[in-house]
Amino acid sequence: MNDVRNKSIAARSEIFSDLKRNLDIGDEKAREKRVRERLSNPPRNLIPERANIPHSEQIALFREQIEAVSATVEQVAAAADVPAALASFLRDNNLPSRLRLGSDEALNALPWNKTPNVDVQTGRAVPEDAVSLSRAFKAVAETGTLILLSGADNPTTLNFLPDTHIVVVSAKDVVGTYEEAWTHLRETQGKGSMPRALNMISGPSRTADVEQTIQLGAHGPRQQHIIIVDDL
Amino acid sequence: MEIRSPQFKNNAREALVDENLQSALGKMRTGFTSKRAEARARLPEFDDLRDQARDIKDHTLAHLDLYYEAYEEKVTAAGGHVHWARTAGDARDIILQICQDENAKLVTKGKSMIAEEVALNDHLEEAGMEVAETDLGEYIIQLRQEPPSHIIAPAVHLTRSQVEKSFRKSHTHLADDRNLDEVSSLVNEARQVLRQKYIDADVGITGANFLIAETGTSIIVTNEGNGDLTQTLPRVHIVLTSLEKMVPTLEDVSTILRVLARSATGQEFSTYTTLSTGPRREDDPDGPEEYHVVVLDNGRSAMIGSEFQDMLRCIRCGACINHCPVYHAIGGHSYGWVYPGPMGSVLTPTLVGIDKAGHLPNASTFCGRCEAVCPMRIPLPKMMRHWREREFERHLTPKLSRTALGFWAFLAKRPALYHLSNSVLVRLLRVLAFGRGAIGSLPLASGWTRHRDLPAPERNTFQELWRSGGYE
Repeated sequence: MNDVRNKSIAARSEIFSDLKRNLDIGDEKAREKRVRERLSNPPRNLIPERANIPHSEQIALFREQIEAVSATVEQVAAAADVPAALASFLRDNNLPSRLRLGSDEALNALPWNKTPNVDVQTGRAVPEDAVSLSRAFKAVAETGTLILLSGADNPTTLNFLPDTHIVVVSAKDVVGTYEEAWTHLRETQGKGSMPRALNMISGPSRTADVEQTIQLGAHGPRQQHIIIVDDL
Repeated sequence: MEIRSPQFKNNAREALVDENLQSALGKMRTGFTSKRAEARARLPEFDDLRDQARDIKDHTLAHLDLYYEAYEEKVTAAGGHVHWARTAGDARDIILQICQDENAKLVTKGKSMIAEEVALNDHLEEAGMEVAETDLGEYIIQLRQEPPSHIIAPAVHLTRSQVEKSFRKSHTHLADDRNLDEVSSLVNEARQVLRQKYIDADVGITGANFLIAETGTSIIVTNEGNGDLTQTLPRVHIVLTSLEKMVPTLEDVSTILRVLARSATGQEFSTYTTLSTGPRREDDPDGPEEYHVVVLDNGRSAMIGSEFQDMLRCIRCGACINHCPVYHAIGGHSYGWVYPGPMGSVLTPTLVGIDKAGHLPNASTFCGRCEAVCPMRIPLPKMMRHWREREFERHLTPKLSRTALGFWAFLAKRPALYHLSNSVLVRLLRVLAFGRGAIGSLPLASGWTRHRDLPAPERNTFQELWRSGGYE
């Protein structure tokens, strides 16, 4: 390992000296200042007007966009309605009644005991799990994109291993653009910090690698169902 | 991988008569272009976003050393490791060492063009490891022991029935009489075969579409979810990336992401865009315990400040390839190395040398479609011209071409002689057309007339028409 590590250290200094030689450095202090400012206070670039609409319309846009990539969406009024909505989704799709979810407080606080036909297990996903449930950090309207954060609350494996992935998102967490989500992210994670994985997801897994024929369920979930909750 | 670019002309000749290839290419010629056009039409700001994407990358390249310093600090703070590789061989050695330290037997891989560039699989396999490609297209071509023919659709040169044959040949544990007539059954079979690989793998290797300096993050953009299973389940995740993938902030990458998928496949957004920062955290129940990033230079630092610097803006969307009439005719394998089409014609000579890849920048009609659709506004034809000039300066251009160019230059510098010879030639061609308006066979231009007629000139030369005011 030492030989390889020394080589890497040597390569690093060669690459940096090549860069510094080939770049038009000019005023080094001004360069450093530009970089420092951009990193500590990231400017927003051009943001498409598409999602610059009232919040209720953003929810409709999110729905329209993610339904266009084969996800299904329903909206319920209260958190207490989620278990029943889930139970009927599982029943309508002939899915097993066993669900895997993480330790997300809001999801675990749902009245599961009032829905005896759904069996809830917590923890990361294992290969045998058929259905998982996550809570999205945000849902971005402009392209119909969910944002999920890794961690014990909503383990990353839930997003990829089971055949069916169900995602609960609070209506107030629907935002217009990616930039709005980053602002919230910095508020919760601290500036410049990230969870191990941040997953932006638009619909179920797909491939077009054979004759450009779109086929769902390549390696990730075959099916994605989203429940927007007005009061969560 | 073996460089077959010097045989470009022969490769192209074979490709033109390859029926399977032509059938597969027929399907890709219109699909990608119309989907991109529709996506562009849906977003009024699309072209303005391209300008900004270009500016962001130009700014980043101008400050690349500083952004890498910031990036490295963040990765290390998150518990990850950054390794630096000057050459393809260095990158292979670093990755092999990490895998051997892990006693890895099975390595899964997400799609990575850099891994193709450094011929990673062969190196790991020679050391006794099993390497499983998990992207469906990459998996298919790995079974067939072929290189990818497209940077985002590696198996685009194959028909469904060719894929079926490969699966039947390789998946011998499955029933012989199973039905694989539909694309869906092929996708399901690959899903089933690869599922266990993800679970059993010791190390997962992915590429990176972007690195973010602000947060020390690597990003993969995929549709299948294979990259995520590859990097989430094994104990070790290795990211293999190259020097130009850096962007400063989350805001900056958002702007570029808005043009990436739309340019590539015409999607509003790819299915999975995954931002990874360091290994598993203390309370995390899943994710890799080790996170390594291998940054490959392989000639890129030397492109900074050169006439090829703009190429470092490339985000590998494949739009130039999808819109290239030359690629449409001959497919990706003809180009003879990892990167095909217009972007490959600029990049390949940089990475393997113009002496080996000289045919590539010459295989262009300069129709300009590649530059017109490039989300990063890379002047691809201009850079192909730079390569032609370098080739000429280094006397690598074939003798006949040099002589012809010299003859043309002699004429072009003498307007009277040029006009006279033009007007003689126009009349001569009209005679050769025997009044038919087209010429079926012409000496010195048989490469053209073998496949199609050469239209005969109408009456006068362009200059004569112009002078008489008859040109409108």
